[in-house]
Amino acid sequence: MAREEVKSRRDFLSRAAMVAGGLFISAGSTPFASLLYATERKSKTGPWYGMGIDLDRCIGCGRCADACKTENNVPRDPFFFRTWVEQYTILNDGSIHVESPNGGIDGFTQKFPDTDIFKAFFVPKMCNHCVKSPCTQVCPVGATFESPEGLSLVDPTYCLGCRYCVQACPYGCRYIHPETHVVDKCTMCYHRITKGLLPACVEVCPQEAKIFGDLNDPKSELVKFMKDHSWQVLKPHMNTEPKVYYNQLRAEVR
Amino acid sequence: MPPQIKRLALLFVLLIGLFLTLKYFLTPKSFGEFGHYRGLALEENKVKVPEYSGQKACNECHDDVMALKVANEHATLSCETCHGAGRVHISSVDSVVISPKVPNSREFCGICHAKNFARKAENIKQIDMKAHNAGELCTKCHNPHSPWQEKK
Repeated sequence: MAREEVKSRRDFLSRAAMVAGGLFISAGSTPFASLLYATERKSKTGPWYGMGIDLDRCIGCGRCADACKTENNVPRDPFFFRTWVEQYTILNDGSIHVESPNGGIDGFTQKFPDTDIFKAFFVPKMCNHCVKSPCTQVCPVGATFESPEGLSLVDPTYCLGCRYCVQACPYGCRYIHPETHVVDKCTMCYHRITKGLLPACVEVCPQEAKIFGDLNDPKSELVKFMKDHSWQVLKPHMNTEPKVYYNQLRAEVR
Repeated sequence: MPPQIKRLALLFVLLIGLFLTLKYFLTPKSFGEFGHYRGLALEENKVKVPEYSGQKACNECHDDVMALKVANEHATLSCETCHGAGRVHISSVDSVVISPKVPNSREFCGICHAKNFARKAENIKQIDMKAHNAGELCTKCHNPHSPWQEKK
């Protein structure tokens, strides 16, 4: 049947040209491009916030996780966190052990003898405030959004508690609040930074391992940090463009 | 046009009209102001009162402790790193001062200073919690604001 429809080489070529032309035009117009980006960097003048984390300096005291819970009324149960610290231990046999007892708030203990350890370090985790944030894209009602400053925020009065965003986040940075039954997450302490204060986790870090700043301001601490260190982001293959930049991030970290 | 199609078209127009009317009244006024979300949510996110008051707020009254601290090992620590959030303490009136917490247990010091392979020696001084004067309070010898100052 199909063989009979194409009558000649001329027919075939003209149809192929039509298909190719159609594809070309649709690729150029890209009507859905806006859906790929949760937000666009609207201006180069306003603030565009990010966070730098220097793993070389982190001592795993967990003060960031503790302060975050106090500042943002996060439940004290050991499975609700806006930010937490993980301890990575890589043994000489190549096995990788990751632990985060109560997010690091009660301190860490060394589980293996020094002689067995190849490398050990701490990794503080938090919302990456991605430019192409999957959580914002999946929200069916527009309750989670990217603020003009590039921060992923939640509108708790609009959230249905459907949990799509909790599943969509590749970094596990969202949880359903047990009292309000809506989603809760790191806001980069939006209520603090808009009053000129530092985020609570940055304020209390004894090692100055967390650097908060404006990516649009060439003089900010964060831009300075990014110039001086060979930073990397978590899960770059997810194409989410995170804005949390880690210095000395090892390939073992997931 | 057959009459049943006309009736169906009318029904469609009515339903779409009803949907648009409902949408008009049910959508919050600020929705779409900045993007696909309620614009007022930005302001509502700003409302919360900060619990941690920041280093500057502490300096206003406790500049003597501050001067001692910045001259010593704990210079990079914020007061609130150990003493906890300062809002309640700062907002308390002079007659009834609500003190911030003063943690002095061995365990609390150990959160940072317990020996751990994952901590870099150049970043922080570490001790073996079991061997180093076991059972004694750290503050018996060390002043937290000036760890190497001799205590009598």
